[in-house]
Parts: sequence; structure tokens; C-alpha cells
Amino acid sequence: MFKKLFAAILTVGVLGFAGAGTAAAQEAPDVFIKRISQEVLETAKHDKDIQSGNQQRILEVVQSKILPNVDFQRMTALAAGRYWREATPEQQKRLTEEFRDLLVYTYAGAIAQIRDQQLEFKPMRNDPADTEVEVRSQVVQQRGEPIQLNYRLYKSGNTWKIYDLNVLGAWLVETYKGNFASEISKGGIDGLIKTLAERNKRLAAGGLVKNGKPS
Amino acid sequence: MKTAVHPALRPVLALGVAASLTGCASTTAQNPVDPFEKFNRSMFTFNDKVDQYALKPAATVYKKALPSFVQTGVYNFFGNLGDVWTAANNLLQGRVEDGVSDVMRFAVNSTFGIGGLIDVGSDAGLQKHRQDFGATLGVWGVGSGPYVVLPLLGPSTVRDSVALPLDWKGDLWRYVDPVNVRNTGIGLRVIDMRAGVLDASNLIEDAALDRYEFIRDAYLQRRASKISSNRERGAGSGYRPLPDEEDLDTKTDNGSSLNTAPAAPSVEPEGNKNLQPEKGTAAPAASGKQPASSPAPSENPAK
Repeated sequence: MFKKLFAAILTVGVLGFAGAGTAAAQEAPDVFIKRISQEVLETAKHDKDIQSGNQQRILEVVQSKILPNVDFQRMTALAAGRYWREATPEQQKRLTEEFRDLLVYTYAGAIAQIRDQQLEFKPMRNDPADTEVEVRSQVVQQRGEPIQLNYRLYKSGNTWKIYDLNVLGAWLVETYKGNFASEISKGGIDGLIKTLAERNKRLAAGGLVKNGKPS
Repeated sequence: MKTAVHPALRPVLALGVAASLTGCASTTAQNPVDPFEKFNRSMFTFNDKVDQYALKPAATVYKKALPSFVQTGVYNFFGNLGDVWTAANNLLQGRVEDGVSDVMRFAVNSTFGIGGLIDVGSDAGLQKHRQDFGATLGVWGVGSGPYVVLPLLGPSTVRDSVALPLDWKGDLWRYVDPVNVRNTGIGLRVIDMRAGVLDASNLIEDAALDRYEFIRDAYLQRRASKISSNRERGAGSGYRPLPDEEDLDTKTDNGSSLNTAPAAPSVEPEGNKNLQPEKGTAAPAASGKQPASSPAPSENPAK
């Protein structure tokens, strides 16, 4: 009895501590994005394997640095729009996985192109208490105008999750909405899943390697 | 390649064909922003072919063969000339600060930057903007109208196509005298622009399920975002989420919310696109003037 109570108190105590610790360590959303992107940029700039387009290595980086910070299910749900609710849980799961893979391959392709880019962040416009925020940045390159790159994030426990990305003024989810709707109107949710799966297979088989291959 | 058709005729041609399609297209139209989809898709395919067989290979060679400082020089040189028209448009849009900054840029780059070859303005903190008359019309409250894919020039809207002749008039290079020099310059500029977006176009090939739709939806968002950001900066107010007073005939230039997207999946009908106006830098590259935004489905250029 006493032992049990003691254990319970101990558990609560530890959890409380953990909670307090992470709450104190809670990053501001822009700091969070800054940290992740700097890590990716630095890795990409200095890793010879990545520069030469080693797909395996790039995917590793994406997996370790990006994936944990993105809510793909929310992204997929938003892109599927009203069709999301019509899908079975199994379809939702598979759709999320395939969409995730497509985005991972695309993102990996972008990483393979990193050379001399620098990141600049714009001032945040949110309230510290906000749980949904937008982080605005731009990629400055030697040639050409800066590329606008914004993120939408929501607070998830003691960290942030990315659920949408804006490149050059267009939101990823919004841009995929049309593509998703067309595929679904042609072949239903399963049709969309199939299309995505085929694309991923193609990209896995060489799209990316080709992208990164040094001339 | 820009010289194939007399510049002034191009939008007229495009609009003529587009207008003639209006009647029949409206019955089959799926997306309210794209009643000319049939015509647009065939133009898109045409542009794609041109890109695949001419422009992209040329741009790839250009990018591989020329030293990067030469490419940067070409980009800066034409960019510098373009800054004059950008300045004019910024002033027309009421953004005096940006306009003055553009004039300064042009002055600094034309002198210290050796005729625009070196972009010393950016280093001095005068950021490059890019404006066109279509954007100015948008800021003035003219709706974008339907999406149009122009021959050779790529994604545009009815409003931006109508504005194009003025953009051509505002292009200083157009007044260069020996015609062969002018044409060479135009060709060089087009190839340079295409070279600048080679990587991006390859990414789109990987990412898009239907490239036509993908580019269209991204382009319309991008334009809407540019215009609403222009308006915001012009108003000088900190945060103006919705310029809804200018809601004309289109859904593309007036987003519905700057707030982050809803947590639950959106249930709005397909056509009612939830476009979010966006603040930030004036967006670079791929404006409606470039065939660049219609990449070809061919091999990737080396990297």
C-alpha cells in the first residue's frame, strides 16, 4: 500500500519535473525553424555524399532532421479537403504514407541542390500565446531574388509541428488540393493512393539520383 | 524566340483565341478560375514542347558552359534595366518608399555597378523588388480574371495579359537600336531566366501529379499573394489581412483568411479556393512573362 503510494508520488514528481523542464525549454516557433533549417543547410553544404546526390544519405538526413517535426497526417487531411472524411481509416493511413514519401523525395531533391544559400528570417507577427503560427523566412542565393519560404506550425505539447509550407507565395497544401481532387474524381481515394505510390516508386528508382547526379 | 511574333500582337492573339473559346468552354469548365482550361492545356503542351526541345537545352548548356560570374552579370544587367519599370510600378501602386529605393538601386548599380553588371545595390541594403503593370492593376483593384496560358510566355491571367504591352513599353532594352543587338539581348535574357529556374522546374516535375494544375494553382496563389502583400505595404499598416473591398469578379486575388488553415480539413467546395494572402518579399523569378514556368518533362540537367 505504502509502496504503491510512494511509487505514485514519485511518478507524479518525475513527470512534473519533466514537464517543467520542457516548458522552460520551449522554443519560440521561429527559433525552432531556424534551428532545424540551419542543421539541414549545414549538413547539406558540408556533406560530400549529399552534394554528389547520394539518395540514401539525403533520405537519412530528411528522416532524422525533418520527419519528426512535420505532421503529415494533418497535411494530408488538409490537402484532401472534404474527401478526407469520406476515406476509411486504412485509406487515410495509406494516403498519408504515400503523400509523406512524395514530399520526402521532393524535399530531398531540394536538399541536393543546396549550395551557397543563406537563410534570413523575418520578424514574427504572432502573440507568444498563439498555438498556430506562421514563420516567415527567405532563402537568399547568389543569383536571383530571394525565395520566400514560410511555414505554418502548431504547438504540440512542448514542441512545434510543421503542417504547411509556402514557397514563393504558394502554399503546398493549397497547391496539392487541386491535384488531389482531380485524382479522386478520376479514381476515388484508392486511385489517388495508387497514383502517389507509382510516382514514389519512380522517384525511388532514379528520379532523385538523376537529379543529383553530378554532370 | 520572343521575336517570333510581334510583341504587341501576342496578348491580342492569346485573348482572341481565349475569348472565342469562352462560349463552349463554360459548359465544360470544372474550375471557376480556369474556364479556358482546354485552350490553356493545349498552350501548356505547346510551351512544354518548345521548352523541351529549345529553351531547356539552351539554358542547360548556358548554365554549364558559362562561368557563374558571367551568368550573374547577365542576370544583373537585365535586372537593372528592369528596376526602372519596377520603380515606376511601385510608385504607381503608392509605395513611395519602395519606388525611391528602386530608383536608388538603378542609380547605384548603373554607376558603381558598371552599367548594372554588379548588384552593389543589394549589398548596400537596397533590396530588389520586381513589379509589373499587371500587379499594379491588381493593387488598383482590378480582378485577375480567368487563368490564361500564353503562347511562349506561360502562365498569366486575363488582367496580366492585358497589362503586358505596357510592360513591354516599360522595358528599356526594347529601345536598344541595332535590332540584332536587341534581339540577341532578348534571347540571352530568356535563356538566362530559364537557367535560373532549372532546378525548380525539375522539382516540380517530381512533385506534381498533374503539372498543369499544379503550376496553375501555385501561380494563381503566388500572384494573389504578391498583390495582397503589395497592398499591405502600400497601406503602411502593420497587418491588413483582407483587402476585401476590392472583391471584383475573381476569387484568385482575394484570399479569405490570413489565419492559419483550419485544424479540421476544409470542406469548402472545390472552386472556392482558400487562398491566403501573404506578406513578405516581392516574389522572384517566374513571372507570367517567362516560358520558364513551364518546364519540360525531360531529363534533368546536370547539377
